[in-house]
Amino acid sequence: MKKVYRSLVAGLLAAGVSMGSQAAKNLVYCSEGSPEGFDPALYTAGTTFDASGRAVYNRLVEFDRGTTDVIPGLAESWDISEDGLEYTFHLRKGVKFHKTRFFSPTRELTADDVIFSFERQLQKDHPWHQYTAGGSWEYFQSMSMPDLISEIVRVDDYTVKFVLKTPQAPMLANLAMDFASIVSKEYADQLERQNKKEILNQMPVGTGPFKFVIYQKDAVIRYQAHEGYWAGKQPLDNLIFAITTDASVRLQKLKAGECHVASYPNPADLDIIRKDGKLNLMEQEGLNVGYMAYNTQMAPFDKPEVRLALNMAINKQAILDAVFQGAGSAAKNPIPPTMWSYSQETQPDEYNPEKAKAMLEAAGVKDLSMNIWAMPVQRPYNPNARRMAEIIQSDFAKIGVKVNIVSYEWGEYLSRSKEVDRDGALLMGWTGDNGDPDNFLAVLLGCDGVGGSNRAQWCNEEFDQLIQKAKTLSDKSERAELYKQAQAVFKREAPWATIAHSVVFMPMSTRVQNYRMDPLGSHRFDGVDIQ
Amino acid sequence: MLRFLLGRLAMLVPTFLGVTLVAFSFIRLLPGDPIELLAGERGINPERKAQLMAEMGFDQPLWKQYLDYLGNILQGDLGTSFASKQPVVDEFFALFPATVELSLCAIFLAVVIGIPLGVIAATKRGTFIDQSIMGTALVGYSMPIFWWGLLLIIFFSGTLGWTPVSGRISLLYFFEPVTGFMLIDSLLSGEEGAFASAIQHLILPSIVLATIPLAVIARQTRSAMLEVMGEDYVRTARAKGLSPFRVIGVHALRNAMIPVITTIGLQIGVMLAGAILTETIFSWPGIGKWLIDSITRRDYFVVQGALLLIAAIIMIVNLIVDVLYGLINPRIRG
Repeated sequence: MKKVYRSLVAGLLAAGVSMGSQAAKNLVYCSEGSPEGFDPALYTAGTTFDASGRAVYNRLVEFDRGTTDVIPGLAESWDISEDGLEYTFHLRKGVKFHKTRFFSPTRELTADDVIFSFERQLQKDHPWHQYTAGGSWEYFQSMSMPDLISEIVRVDDYTVKFVLKTPQAPMLANLAMDFASIVSKEYADQLERQNKKEILNQMPVGTGPFKFVIYQKDAVIRYQAHEGYWAGKQPLDNLIFAITTDASVRLQKLKAGECHVASYPNPADLDIIRKDGKLNLMEQEGLNVGYMAYNTQMAPFDKPEVRLALNMAINKQAILDAVFQGAGSAAKNPIPPTMWSYSQETQPDEYNPEKAKAMLEAAGVKDLSMNIWAMPVQRPYNPNARRMAEIIQSDFAKIGVKVNIVSYEWGEYLSRSKEVDRDGALLMGWTGDNGDPDNFLAVLLGCDGVGGSNRAQWCNEEFDQLIQKAKTLSDKSERAELYKQAQAVFKREAPWATIAHSVVFMPMSTRVQNYRMDPLGSHRFDGVDIQ
Repeated sequence: MLRFLLGRLAMLVPTFLGVTLVAFSFIRLLPGDPIELLAGERGINPERKAQLMAEMGFDQPLWKQYLDYLGNILQGDLGTSFASKQPVVDEFFALFPATVELSLCAIFLAVVIGIPLGVIAATKRGTFIDQSIMGTALVGYSMPIFWWGLLLIIFFSGTLGWTPVSGRISLLYFFEPVTGFMLIDSLLSGEEGAFASAIQHLILPSIVLATIPLAVIARQTRSAMLEVMGEDYVRTARAKGLSPFRVIGVHALRNAMIPVITTIGLQIGVMLAGAILTETIFSWPGIGKWLIDSITRRDYFVVQGALLLIAAIIMIVNLIVDVLYGLINPRIRG
């Protein structure tokens, strides 16, 4: 390693790319944590994706900056067969991999790289399937890709065909996710020959906008613009991640000019940031939902009228004020308003304790005493679950329902909350993976998710048929229509109390230009400039 | 002396075994398992979870896991991190120099300020000076480190702009880590201003980390000095007409140092605990921050390994202190 560093420094100096030079455009991003590694397919955390998938790699298709629209990436175009089972991708020609101190590519991107990137995840006997100790392909697994992909065919150097077992409309969006990043097979082969496979997860080589230079553990990650990037060289010359775990310290660094962009500010600091003339505060509604899931298999929550009555007793405005401190909007659907197919027709829940009380009585529920589970952690969709539970507790007291608030350590909470015989109602939430409604409705409310991610344990035949059918169609407007119908069923049956969608903030120096916030929550620096 | 040393070394074996047991059970006693945490809101299906547990050896009975763990330690293998997939030992020694550098600076500050303050307080016993020094020491001893660190950052870096906010060196400098000690590496790099930048970055975290040990050392020095100053030999020295400086600086202080050295040795352990908070607030890439992140992730092997290595280091430091103690005070060797 040491020799390599030395030659790198010499190389940089020779090329005149000193980090201190006046002409170079450097952007420092104060990130919230250390990446676990640099092979995004091995991980599920956003912090890791920012440092690997988004900076270093490309995918066949990409999310357009600032949206969840899927646009051509390494594939220039694609065809989907009539039956929705075959996806044929036509690769861009002349795509260059990064030339770094540890790897000099001799060829451009071909179908071999694409096939390698997926087969290592798909085939259990692939030489790279277990290339790192304890490594597993969690996202690939959790998006059910092994059950979905029948085979990946190399048609020619620049054409790859994915054959699916069942039609799956969200497939394209899945392929824009970080686990679908395309790695260099040539680099992998070189590492295999040197018997150093694990380096693939430490020193990445991709085709993306920035090339990896060095990672000083828990401190700094350095990248350089990829000169030969297929979409043109980036306006920035150097990108630096300064890992700063404490939000107050990130703000101080931003104010002192030690970094130009910082992630996840403290809600309490937002006003200070707004008043600072040297800082910009960008904000965007997050692709998330915070909700309270009843256990719909346990009495009395198995009756929709009981759930509807309880929903009517929740004062959402009080929650928005106290828990979200104004940085949120009341949720009426299980999907956020920025997502396509969001149903505008849905009526917001009425807040009417008197009527709620009458409805409960009509349903024959008297002296109800229930548990509400409050998460022990702060999440983007719920900054303070305990406080939220307390507000709901006092709301329910007004209609004569006694609430006992329970909580567990986070890992324990996640695990116990999946149990089918769990009691009462549970505060939970979700942040979208790929911008597809299926990623909310099927994962969180589909019959397959009962005993798992469907924490309302709710299996409604009508709803399930709609979302299953939508999955098989490739026409977006037809799918949107089915999802709207599904949202109507959801609203009628009320397996959850939908609480809020939160707003995500991003403070940055006024010198930073063209930053776009990503609805999926990642931090991308392609296209960003600094003055 | 050799017997004394061997005796001390033999005592390390049961202590070390005890530490392995504590390290092994501690992380397993915490609720929540790493696989559930990794899967998050989505959850993981039971078969897949069982498969992952088996891959990591967690399906074995606990006693077997413990024996395997002991066996691996004897071979120098502390396991692999779940998160980074890298050997725990490699990660530890990559981060350890940063912690050592910070701790040494802090202990240096604590000693060069704490001992003179204690001596002054002892010689001015009962005066306003004594009371102010001891009062300040009490405040220092009770200081909540996290709050104190943030306060210093906001005042010195934010308001006055005198010191950098966090990190080990300005991001403008970019050179190869040779020793892992930034003060040395910045000198070796030959880059102009790098060493000064490294010093500037050390100031605030060293002050924060030194605060509690400094207070303890000052108080300990004061009481040890007071005890010694009442001894016959000090009175004799005074009676011989030696200057007050020689009486206090040579005769009294040398003997008062014995309990103070023990205190300094014990403070090394306290300091590693303080380093966890200090490193977190100053984004200092050392083992404290690494350990905290790993506990949150339930990264079993990292937590076990890190606790073991830290304990081993504290034991070695204590052994050195014991030996020094023996050198200073021959009566103890007996």
